[in-house]
Amino acid sequence: MATKLTRSNGAGWAFALPGVFLIAMFIIVPFLFGFWFSLTNQRLVSPNPTQFVGIENYQNLLGLAVITIEPERDDKGQVVRDDKGEIAYPRVRTITRSDAYPQYSGMREWFRWQWGDNANVVIASDVVFMKALANTFIFVLFIVPLQGGGALLLALLINQKLRGINAFRTIYFMPVVISIVVISLLWRFIYDGSDGLLNNILNVLSFGLFQPVDWLGRTDTALGAIIVMSAWQAVGFHMVIWLSGLQTIPPTLYEVAAIEGASGWQTFRYVTWPGLRNTAILVLIVITMQAFALFSQIDVMTKGGPLDATQTLVFQAVERGYGKQDISGGSAISVILFFMVLAISLTQRFLTRERKYG
Amino acid sequence: MKKLTIITSALLIGTALGGPALAQTELSMWYHGAGNEVEGKLIGQIVSDFNASQSDWTVVVESFPQESYNDSVTAAALAGNLPDILDMDGPNMPNWAWAGYVQPLPIDEAKVASFLPGTKGIWDGQLYSIGLWDAAVALYARKSTLDELGLRVPTLDAPWTGEEFMAALDAAKASGKYEYAFDLGMNDMGEWYPYAFSPFLQSFGGDIVDRSTYKTAEGALNGDAALAFGAWWQKLFAEGYAPGTSESPADQTNGFIDGSFAFQWNGNWRAVATMAEVDDVMFLPAPDFGNGNKIGGGSWQFGVSATSDNPEGAAAFIEFAIQDTYLAAFSDAIGLVPSTPSAAQLTENYKEGGPLAVFFGLSNEQALLRPVTPGYVVQAKVFTKALADIANGADVADTLDAAVDEIDADIQKNDGYGH
Repeated sequence: MATKLTRSNGAGWAFALPGVFLIAMFIIVPFLFGFWFSLTNQRLVSPNPTQFVGIENYQNLLGLAVITIEPERDDKGQVVRDDKGEIAYPRVRTITRSDAYPQYSGMREWFRWQWGDNANVVIASDVVFMKALANTFIFVLFIVPLQGGGALLLALLINQKLRGINAFRTIYFMPVVISIVVISLLWRFIYDGSDGLLNNILNVLSFGLFQPVDWLGRTDTALGAIIVMSAWQAVGFHMVIWLSGLQTIPPTLYEVAAIEGASGWQTFRYVTWPGLRNTAILVLIVITMQAFALFSQIDVMTKGGPLDATQTLVFQAVERGYGKQDISGGSAISVILFFMVLAISLTQRFLTRERKYG
Repeated sequence: MKKLTIITSALLIGTALGGPALAQTELSMWYHGAGNEVEGKLIGQIVSDFNASQSDWTVVVESFPQESYNDSVTAAALAGNLPDILDMDGPNMPNWAWAGYVQPLPIDEAKVASFLPGTKGIWDGQLYSIGLWDAAVALYARKSTLDELGLRVPTLDAPWTGEEFMAALDAAKASGKYEYAFDLGMNDMGEWYPYAFSPFLQSFGGDIVDRSTYKTAEGALNGDAALAFGAWWQKLFAEGYAPGTSESPADQTNGFIDGSFAFQWNGNWRAVATMAEVDDVMFLPAPDFGNGNKIGGGSWQFGVSATSDNPEGAAAFIEFAIQDTYLAAFSDAIGLVPSTPSAAQLTENYKEGGPLAVFFGLSNEQALLRPVTPGYVVQAKVFTKALADIANGADVADTLDAAVDEIDADIQKNDGYGH
């Protein structure tokens, strides 16, 4: 490879130059800036000079601790229980806001579990960031199979020689070319808690038994609603990629399979799927990277709510950098996100690498 | 950049040589009301009147949509491209003054002596901005609703107490006629939250930040008064008095007019439109939760950017714009509170006996500015999130504690914001 690149190849470099320049200007340089800002106390708007603060921004984001809280006991040493028989614990704020534990000051409960009579509480210095991190991973975990699988299904459906198939291709592709902001606004109406389209459809289908659900207003449905909507929006794009992959598979292979008497499933399993290998890797990596960048839907539909159920890393980075004028905090989130996505992409690349057989 | 300089110098030389015919200096002005036809027309009118009234300056307006206006100003300031005249939301002014975006307004204080307190942007003892109007928030209700439910009409002197207010909501809820007893406009998760809801907190005795020092929120936002406010706030949503954060904007706009809400907490910029639809609408003063009935004050105001080469020209325009006739024109068209008593007498709604006259008094006497500090921009965001979270069922004390921590950390990070 190295020799090929270094050999006289002026035309090649000339062709690459505009692209390299743009990538450097708009991706590499801003990233270096972001990395630098994340080590300072840079503000968006401030007359104060910027100071180098080392890894403080990262400590503020990633600080975690587990504290064990003993239940409240009455005079006889008996565990106090409330009306429902649940063990009563002193509030976490008695520890995090006490001068006796300066190391926990400013931290807040993220989640807890019970062990015997004691409660183990995980406290974080930035609970919102932790929730954003968890939500982003959940989103990626669900969106990859949903979007990738859905797109493959659609690609198989429209990869047939039928009359009017182009109309279907266009329809499935349509959401991709519409602005995501417009789509998010539309889906906000669809998910409306009282008279939204989705509630109305479910109501009709269940003959009036279905009680309207406030899809975006409940902590247990909001993220799911956004996952479904996002999958729907981008599925057309990946469908086209799958389709291009499908069309590179030589028809002769299918003819052979038909002559051999292969079933539909066998044809897919032993002819189509192996032929799509490289496409699958591409789709997997592209969806993963896009999914980590989830922002517009959140900004338009929920603003991270209710109760941080739909916070995501990119939304938090923007909210802090521009909303709260804290460029350094926003940059730190971006840098963390960058290394996470890089690590995951490299892992995916490693796991899906071409293996030599025999 | 070089090219631009050359062109600019060429223009300047041209202007200088051109003699008196070309002596007008252009002043750029930014306005936040793009997309709002009525406001655009009014501003356009003022600008063309000003340009015609004298021969030194020509003002050229550029309008931005409100949602992206602040971002545009920040970006322009970082790039060094601020216009001469810009308008700004009152509570943001200290932040911009502190950051050096705007300069003290070079106009005579006597000219604005009669202006409502909420229309004057004062930071560090100096006037930075002045508003053509103030805004007010009121409890929208129907006369017929009050009669049916047997409720007394609250007045400025004798507003509803907190108990009376909750009794009114209970009565509305029990009547079964309304989808919700009360609407707060929870869908609008922007500046509306601190503007409309922090006066409730203040009426309980709390505040967003301790205004005696502006160095901490401890005790103000998580003290006993704030906890009582939080418990009341949570109850509004937990017990179904009011729709929560996922309310659709359309329901919010039409809910009071079509009778789904018995009461609505809404700005007076919706007053003119509502009066056209609801004959017996009444605008009631805020309830008193123990520390006086308060509403928010401070709306959009004009100021001069720090980088302006012609501050005297910019000031001349602003002085021209704050004439009573223009204050009255804005008020009549949009329903905003005119900035001076003399302008109020020229308006339909705010002259003595007018349907909104009560608000002029309220804005004058009881409007409380949002915290006057550069840190307000961040505090507003933190407060908004805390209120949304409490409405959605988060633990009151923990949420307010977290908000206090975040505000305090931010103040510290900014070396006390110059207080």
